[in-house]
Amino acid sequence: MNGIPMEHGLLLSVVLFVLGLTGVLVRRNLIMILMSLEVMLNATGLAFIVAGSRWGQADGQIMFLLILTLAAAEVGVGLGLVLQIFRRFHTLDADSLNGMKG
Amino acid sequence: MALTLFYITSAVAVFATVMMITRLNAVHGLLYLILSLLAVGVLFFLLGAYFAAVLEVIIYAGAIMVLFVFVIMMLNQGQKTLEQERAWLQPGIWIGPSLLALILFVEMLVIVVSGGSAETGYAVSAKQVGVALYGPYLLAVELASMLLLAGLVGAYHLGKPMIKMTRAGGKS
Repeated sequence: MNGIPMEHGLLLSVVLFVLGLTGVLVRRNLIMILMSLEVMLNATGLAFIVAGSRWGQADGQIMFLLILTLAAAEVGVGLGLVLQIFRRFHTLDADSLNGMKG
Repeated sequence: MALTLFYITSAVAVFATVMMITRLNAVHGLLYLILSLLAVGVLFFLLGAYFAAVLEVIIYAGAIMVLFVFVIMMLNQGQKTLEQERAWLQPGIWIGPSLLALILFVEMLVIVVSGGSAETGYAVSAKQVGVALYGPYLLAVELASMLLLAGLVGAYHLGKPMIKMTRAGGKS
C-alpha cells in the first residue's frame, strides 16, 4: 500500500474547507453562500474518505453517505428558504435582510 | 503514477473552487462548482472508494446541482432573461470549465488504458460498505431516512407560493 500520503489528503480537505468558509463569509449572494456550504460539506466528506482509505475500513464511506444525506436535505430546505426570501423581499442580498421582526 | 494523478486532480479541485468563489454570476460559479465536485469524485476513486466516487458524481454533481439550476432558473424570470442568456452563452465563459473537465477526462483515459494499476490506497468495495451499512449502522440509516423525510416536508412547506404572513409584517 504505497498509497497517497494521508497528510496530503487531509491538507487538501482543509484547503477546500477553508475556501468554502471564505466563500460563506465573503459572498453576499444567498445562492453563492449555499454553494460554498456545499464545498465545505464536500471537504469534510473528503476527510472521512481519506481516513477510511488509510485504515482500510468501510466506516469512512458510510460517514460520507450520511454527509451526502445531510447535504441533500440542507440544500432542499435552504433553496426553499431562498425562494421564499426572493418572493418576499425581491432580493438575494444577505446584507439587506437585516431586519428581524419577531 | 497514481500519486501524480492525485496531485493534478487536487490542483484542479482547488483551482475550480477558487474560481467558483470569485465568480460574480451564480451560473458561472455553478459550472466551476460542478467541476470541483467531479474532481473530488476522481480523488475518491484514486483513494479506493469506488462507491463513494459513484455517489459523488450521481448525487452531488447530478441531483443537488440540478436543484441549484432549477432555483436559479426560477429566480430569473422576466424580460431581462433573454439578454442575460445571451451574455451567459458567450464563448470564453465555458472555456475554463471545459479545460478542467478535459483534464479530468484525460485522467480517466489514462486510468482506463493503464488497467487497474491506477488505484492507490486500500480499496473498499461496495459490498463491504453495504454490509456495514445494514449491520452496525442500521440506526444511522433510519435516522438518515428520517432526516430526508423532514427535509422533504420542510422543502414542500417552504416552496409554497406564499406563506401567509402574520398580518402586515409583524404588527401584531
